[in-house]
Amino acid sequence: MAYKIVKSQCTACAACEPECPNNAIREKDGTFIIKPEKCTECIGYFDDPQCVAVCPVENTCIIDAACPRYQATA
Amino acid sequence: MRQAIDVSIGVMQEMKPLDKVMQKMAEHKGCGMSAGSGKASCGSAAGQGDLAPEVWEKVKNHPCYSEEAHHHYARMHVAVAPSCNMQCNYCNRKYDCANESRPGVVSEKLTPQQAARKVLAVASAIPQMTVLGIAGPGDPLANPEKTFKTFELISKAAPDIKLCLSTNGLALPDHVDTIKNLNVDHVTITINMIDPEVGAEIYPWIFYKHRRIKGREAAKILAERQLQGLDMLTERGILCKVNSVMIPGINDRHLVDVNKAVKSRGAFLHNIMPLISSPEHGTVFGLTGQRGPSAQELKDLQDSCEGQINMMRHCRQCRADAVGLLGEDRSAEFTTEKIMAMDVSYDADTRKAYQQMVEQERRSKVAARQDGLSQLAGETSDIRVLVAVATQGSGRINEHFGHAREFQVYELSTGGAKFVGHRRVDLYCRGGYGEEDLLPTVIRAINDCHAVFVAKIGGCPRGELIQAGIEPVDRYAHEFIEQSAFAWFKGYLDRVKRAEIRHAARGDADIRQGAYVVA
Repeated sequence: MAYKIVKSQCTACAACEPECPNNAIREKDGTFIIKPEKCTECIGYFDDPQCVAVCPVENTCIIDAACPRYQATA
Repeated sequence: MRQAIDVSIGVMQEMKPLDKVMQKMAEHKGCGMSAGSGKASCGSAAGQGDLAPEVWEKVKNHPCYSEEAHHHYARMHVAVAPSCNMQCNYCNRKYDCANESRPGVVSEKLTPQQAARKVLAVASAIPQMTVLGIAGPGDPLANPEKTFKTFELISKAAPDIKLCLSTNGLALPDHVDTIKNLNVDHVTITINMIDPEVGAEIYPWIFYKHRRIKGREAAKILAERQLQGLDMLTERGILCKVNSVMIPGINDRHLVDVNKAVKSRGAFLHNIMPLISSPEHGTVFGLTGQRGPSAQELKDLQDSCEGQINMMRHCRQCRADAVGLLGEDRSAEFTTEKIMAMDVSYDADTRKAYQQMVEQERRSKVAARQDGLSQLAGETSDIRVLVAVATQGSGRINEHFGHAREFQVYELSTGGAKFVGHRRVDLYCRGGYGEEDLLPTVIRAINDCHAVFVAKIGGCPRGELIQAGIEPVDRYAHEFIEQSAFAWFKGYLDRVKRAEIRHAARGDADIRQGAYVVA
């Protein structure tokens, strides 16, 4: 599964963007979005998902149950 | 509310005893009694005070550092730094009302390129704009690329503009050398505690080394990083001011220790500000009903820290995209859309000419103060009174009572006049109060004053002020503030001596919690 950003909660502070080890986060229409196929939930990089840890608004970066678990392609 | 839950989780985390490092830090370099001790008047208000000449030279034209300069010189903040690396219980980044003014709030974010253009546009339109600060709306050092790129662009295009930044200090030690290399003149660090126990009640979490850290552990790291950063800056000769938010019952008494710690590390100015915690701001403190200090509580704390370090008393707690003189906000004139359409011509000569004119005005003000003080020569009395002044700036009594959005408050004694702060009385965002409530609000804001100096006042408010025990004084309209205050004070002492009036202490006053905008 991947993380997603709840648009209505996002303050567009951009804190998550540089923290993402996968470059999966970018600005779109005034708030930020996570590209699900790039998201690894930070597994293998950090103990905590970085977007969740740095986000100033609780429950804004949440698990997107609609997305299948990330699979490394190589 | 979710943030409030986080706080309690943080507090419940395993608590480690203070380690020796913290102890060492507190003792570091003694407690700063060597410099500035015995200082009686507010250096930032009175001018040079006991600042070293080289420090005074650097700060005298900086509105945020010199009470005198803030009447003449303007500053602007550019909002290039939206991200933050921690959460404070007095901050809420989610709401952003254009009609309010408090730290952390902006109306639009800028890229470094847009910011540089905005600075040039403002500098062309406002020749007294001498200082460019980056204060967020997040933390400038949590956005190092954007912050430093902005400084780089501005120092190339407008080398006469002083650069400064305001940070929570968490990332500061990593960036001190870049700050030095970019010729940043001044850094402000917000330090609300040096004791993690206190810090755990102010900071729910920090984001540090890729982890979200909570409670005492977070506060301990934060305090260490802040003090380390302060040390590193002062070692490199960069001027440091320390901001502290006064939170009654949490860090109010502790701020005396903070004051000693930052003074001993070479901070040259300490700015203790009242907590802003209206529920409508949606901050943790706003929602838990944590109150801010009263005017008297704030003044008492500032007074008790005086003698250690210069205390700043003219802070307006402005927005992270404020433009103009302190106490005014012209940011709406300089939106990105407007600056892109502006014909920007940066004219260093016009700016210089204006600034020379200001210097002349300043000198005449200083002369007037000396002249006024001489009227009190020979007077001896223990009486101290506060007076409120309606002013539009330039150190003169030049505002109509009914038009005043804020009053400056001075403490008068036979030793002189001490600026002790300003009281906001603007009406914006008051939450449903009607126009008829205005006068009692104003009276509550200056209720600790014996007199209010105005350029003009109507008959109705005059009567109500007298009834409240505040003497309205309009005979010094358009005169210099301190000179007039001394003349009035001499008359007051004479009246007390002749037993025409009896001197009595006044009550406390409110600090306005709401938003601050200049219509």
